[in-house]
Amino acid sequence: MAYLTTHPDVVPVVSYRFGKGATNIDRYIELDGYKAARKAIEMGPEAVIAEMKASNLRGRGGAGFPTGMKWSFVPKQSEKPKYILVNGDESEPATCKDRLIFEHDPHSVIEGVIIAGLAVGAKMGFIYLRGEYRYLLNIMEKAIEDAYAKGFLGKNIFGSGIEFEAVSHTGAGAYEVGEESALMESLEGKRGIPRIRPPFPAVVGLYGGPTVINNAETLATVPHIIRMGGAEYAKIGTERNGGTRLFCLSGHLEKPGVYELPMGYNLKRMIYEVGGGIPGGRKLKAVVPGGSSTPVLLPEEIDIGMDFDQVGKAGSMLGSGGVVVLDETVCMVEFALRTMRFYQHESCGWCIPCREGTDWLKKSLTRVHAGGGVDKDIDNIQYLAENMLGRTFCPLGDAAAMPTIAFVKKFRKEFEDHLDGKGCPYKHSLQHEAVLA
Amino acid sequence: MATETTIFSPELAARFDKLVTLYPVRRSALVPMLLYAQDEVGYISKAVVAEVARRVGVLENDVVSVLSYYSMLRTQPIGKFNVQVCTNICCMLRGGNELFEHCKKRLGIGHKGTTADGVFSLEEVECIGACSWAPAVQVNYDFHENLTPESMDKVLEEYREKAQK
Ligand SMILES: Cc1cc2nc3c(=O)[nH]c(=O)nc-3n(C[C@H](O)[C@H](O)[C@H](O)COP(=O)(O)O)c2cc1C
Ligand code: FES
Repeated sequence: MAYLTTHPDVVPVVSYRFGKGATNIDRYIELDGYKAARKAIEMGPEAVIAEMKASNLRGRGGAGFPTGMKWSFVPKQSEKPKYILVNGDESEPATCKDRLIFEHDPHSVIEGVIIAGLAVGAKMGFIYLRGEYRYLLNIMEKAIEDAYAKGFLGKNIFGSGIEFEAVSHTGAGAYEVGEESALMESLEGKRGIPRIRPPFPAVVGLYGGPTVINNAETLATVPHIIRMGGAEYAKIGTERNGGTRLFCLSGHLEKPGVYELPMGYNLKRMIYEVGGGIPGGRKLKAVVPGGSSTPVLLPEEIDIGMDFDQVGKAGSMLGSGGVVVLDETVCMVEFALRTMRFYQHESCGWCIPCREGTDWLKKSLTRVHAGGGVDKDIDNIQYLAENMLGRTFCPLGDAAAMPTIAFVKKFRKEFEDHLDGKGCPYKHSLQHEAVLA
Repeated sequence: MATETTIFSPELAARFDKLVTLYPVRRSALVPMLLYAQDEVGYISKAVVAEVARRVGVLENDVVSVLSYYSMLRTQPIGKFNVQVCTNICCMLRGGNELFEHCKKRLGIGHKGTTADGVFSLEEVECIGACSWAPAVQVNYDFHENLTPESMDKVLEEYREKAQK
């Protein structure tokens, strides 16, 4: 069972029902559940969107786009039906937070979808879970069934005369499907290949209709915002970065875990106080602050607040909230290679810069790590990665290139130490036969 | 559909009858259908492709094209328990590679191999969403987390016992 870890600094908003039996719909209702949806019906769409804007909630899927603004892009009039799509593909390495929401508080996702639907005039929502999350799909299916039985979903929700349907849906293993346009393709029963934009999903999305796509944590936060008021929620965080988020601490920490902390929480404190610091008194070497696609930070760069703007200013990204801590025993070339192996494996192959770029980068990094590299390889890795940036069909290419550029730039000496037959100076490193073959 | 012959159990067939009606287009049921079919049949056989294509209303070729995209879908049978070891970054930092090597030795098979008795298959996988509880392994759909080689042995032992029942 996945669980939330506690610490005195934790501010439970999204997680406030975790561990309290809220998968049971009656228990969820006892814990203020479905109050926000009723309130949203009374408020009407415009007031809901205004509240969302006031909350300063920014998408928890990775890009940090303001949720209220995203919703306001959906045209009021549309010939085609509008849809809400929950992104629960959760596949960015270092990210394991949506899982907790589905496991402990599935109704908060349903309630968030209903409210999003009310706000933009959609009558149907889909909750897409990655295929590996089968036990969570079962929880979600049961929750939807229970919500229908209570009349919270269906032709006449909460007796308001408004219709809203929700369907849970499973993927079958694919990181790229987390990308919003590929997600829609997958839900339409196709290969998860990205769509060209514009048009953006808010205008032309699922089945050609206007579609709001939000991360599961984003939508699970919505009922809390409506309940407590946007301004109250905004106050918890920092400027333009409202509220809290679920931070997934992993790697070399005494107490890795998922912690709900205010936006803007200091990264250094997150590592040393919340995460308990590094085991064995070893030294910190690097931090990947927001999932595997975000540029690495050096120990002298971590005295920053964890919100989208401050991490951006430090040259990285808050991303999906996965904080990976690396101690001094880590070979950065091996780490860069493992990261690239992932992106190479997950590239959908649709566009050439991503498909070929990730493959070349994996080969070059493999060669350098194994000791077969020469000086020029390091420059080539950087050159290749830089030339992928912004040139791929969807941001998967950037996700592969950005961390690579930072690894080379910040740990160039370590790459050099591998060259000319010397190989990896970190003896514990295991060679991956599969890669070298 | 209900009156036609089906290769699936009555329960699954009924589930599929309903599934295609949930979406604005039948084809949306394709990926879930393939996964559920695989859970029952063990893999996506030619017969599965044919029936799913018929139910969804697309060409068999379309089904093959889609299924080849998704890493969890397979066209060959594997062992009863699929041991999927994550070696992605967070697991790697906490012994995921060593755990994978350990499983290889214990089971005597490599990546995507299956034991001679058909009990286990082994696979190195990408992040499974257990990064804060690394290293992690999924056996079929069940998660096992914060593993060591010793606790991994216990996990394998439990499944071996299950297989004998
Ligand atoms: C390659 C790739 C994978 C992604 N994977 C996910 C994912 O697993 N979950 C998610 O919520 N967003 C993912 N995203 C971001 C989505 O495209 C989209 O921005 C997000 O779901 C929007 O939700 P938000 O506004 O609530 O953040 C991914 C993006 C890319 C480029
Ligand atoms: S990196 Fe192994 S579960 Fe995420």
